Amino acid sequence: MSVNLAALLYLVSGILFILALRGLSSPETARRGNVFGMAGMAMAVVTTLLAVDLDALSLVLIVAGVAIGGGVGAVIARRVPMTAMPQLVAAFHSLVGMAAVLVAAAALYAPEAFHIADGLGNLKHLSLFELSMGTAIGAITFSGSVIAFAKLNGNMSGAPIILPARHILNIAIGVFIAVMIAFLMASGGDAKLAFWLITIAAFVLGVTLIIPIGGADMPVVVSMLNSYSGWAAAALGFTLENTALLVTGALVGSSGAILSYIMCKGMNRSFISVILGGFGESGDAAAEAGPQGNAKQGSADDAAFVMKNAGKVIIVPGYGMAVAQAQHALKEMADMLKEEGVDVSYAIHPVAGRMPGHMNVLLAEAQVPYDEVFELEDINSSFSNADVAFVIGANDVTNPAAEDDPSSPIYGMPVLQVWKAKTVFFVKRSLGSGYAGVENPLFFRDNTMMLLGDAKKMVESIVKVLD
Amino acid sequence: MEAVDPVIFRLAIFVLAVFVGYYVVWSVTPALHTPLMAVTNAISSVIIVGALLAATATAGGELAGEAASGGAGFSRGLGFIAIILASVNIFGGFLVTRRMLAMYKKKER
Repeated sequence: MSVNLAALLYLVSGILFILALRGLSSPETARRGNVFGMAGMAMAVVTTLLAVDLDALSLVLIVAGVAIGGGVGAVIARRVPMTAMPQLVAAFHSLVGMAAVLVAAAALYAPEAFHIADGLGNLKHLSLFELSMGTAIGAITFSGSVIAFAKLNGNMSGAPIILPARHILNIAIGVFIAVMIAFLMASGGDAKLAFWLITIAAFVLGVTLIIPIGGADMPVVVSMLNSYSGWAAAALGFTLENTALLVTGALVGSSGAILSYIMCKGMNRSFISVILGGFGESGDAAAEAGPQGNAKQGSADDAAFVMKNAGKVIIVPGYGMAVAQAQHALKEMADMLKEEGVDVSYAIHPVAGRMPGHMNVLLAEAQVPYDEVFELEDINSSFSNADVAFVIGANDVTNPAAEDDPSSPIYGMPVLQVWKAKTVFFVKRSLGSGYAGVENPLFFRDNTMMLLGDAKKMVESIVKVLD
Repeated sequence: MEAVDPVIFRLAIFVLAVFVGYYVVWSVTPALHTPLMAVTNAISSVIIVGALLAATATAGGELAGEAASGGAGFSRGLGFIAIILASVNIFGGFLVTRRMLAMYKKKER
């Protein structure tokens, strides 16, 4: 295949990837978009295979590699529970990062195969710079995602781990990487050790960047690592002079960046403050000073009675629903209420859960129609004419202190105004504070009733009463 | 006037693609942000094209000596592992996205 034809086909594949993302603007077009994405990938792979000289060994490597990886991927995709989606996405990010490191290393050791060597087998300075960036960003993505995975999967505590002088440490590692990149470039690619030092230092940097970030900030971290994996791909797109890789890297990089921005806005925090980490450690003092009072406790019977006689119920799910796997029971409850003539809808806060859109997927899994599920800005004005706000496993995102207490650590964060409903039911394990370590004064209001217990069991007992 | 370095053209493609990504991603409905992350994961595994090149590395032309052939063997090993990793992502990413998207249903009326 001619080089020019291959380049054009890579461009088409890049366009198919754009269409894949474009499809996600609505659930109706999303499925077709996914098919475009698969077609783009197939096209890029086939084009590459037609453009290279295949010998027997490389054919075996490719077929075996795709079979092993593809088989593993297909099994994972089928088996993974929807509640584990944040971990899965973090794990997938780590693979992209590692693949970028390996490809960059291969390009350094066999530059001829990548058409980046000059006549004497030396690499161009610019190519060395690009592949150094590819390996550095890829390595950060890899180790950072491994940490994020461990935190999300519960292999590691979600609490921030604060190293002494961590900012200085991170800057020092960054400077070291920059110096090594310069050294590698100056050596014309001979200083292989410098390449590996860059990679190792970036692995360390990935760890030190992510460990100080607490569990509640994971939506930002996951989005940020998504973005990094894109920039790593783009850096190698420059090295390989490959349009598909360049376009994809740019798409994924900006996608992750936008999601990070949306998540930060949802928490009213600056991106920098999330990256610097340590949120949630200083909240204890504030929690103790918070308003104490008598929280009214209710039972499943109370909740069932009030909701059955309500005209409009808004359900507010949060991470606690995911942990308790309560989404199916919740759907059952909503169906029974609808049979009683109650208008049921769902309100989702942008940072509910552990990744962007986490709650929406869980509700979709429980077969909640997506047109009953609303985003914060679309539903917030409806709470004032709702009879019941049913908060299940959410806390900080309903905290009125975010609107009226300037001393609160979450002051200014957009929240769901559940307190405007006539009655608020709070399904919660205990009266403890949320992930941000902030006391929720809503628990002590007159129109709030606490339903203490496991979210799934509580909803199931409400269903039993309704039955 | 001398010719423009092709790198500049690649940079132009990259910058324009960042803008395309910006507008396309803002139009994604928040309800589909999780599938968005899964599918961006899958498509960023187009890095497999680099892995394929690595796996087909040969000692090459007359200039390549012993050292280069050693490099080619090493490159093939790296390429093989990278193909596995990227394939996990490609198949896993697209299929899990498909599984998620199949769950989004409208109200039956």
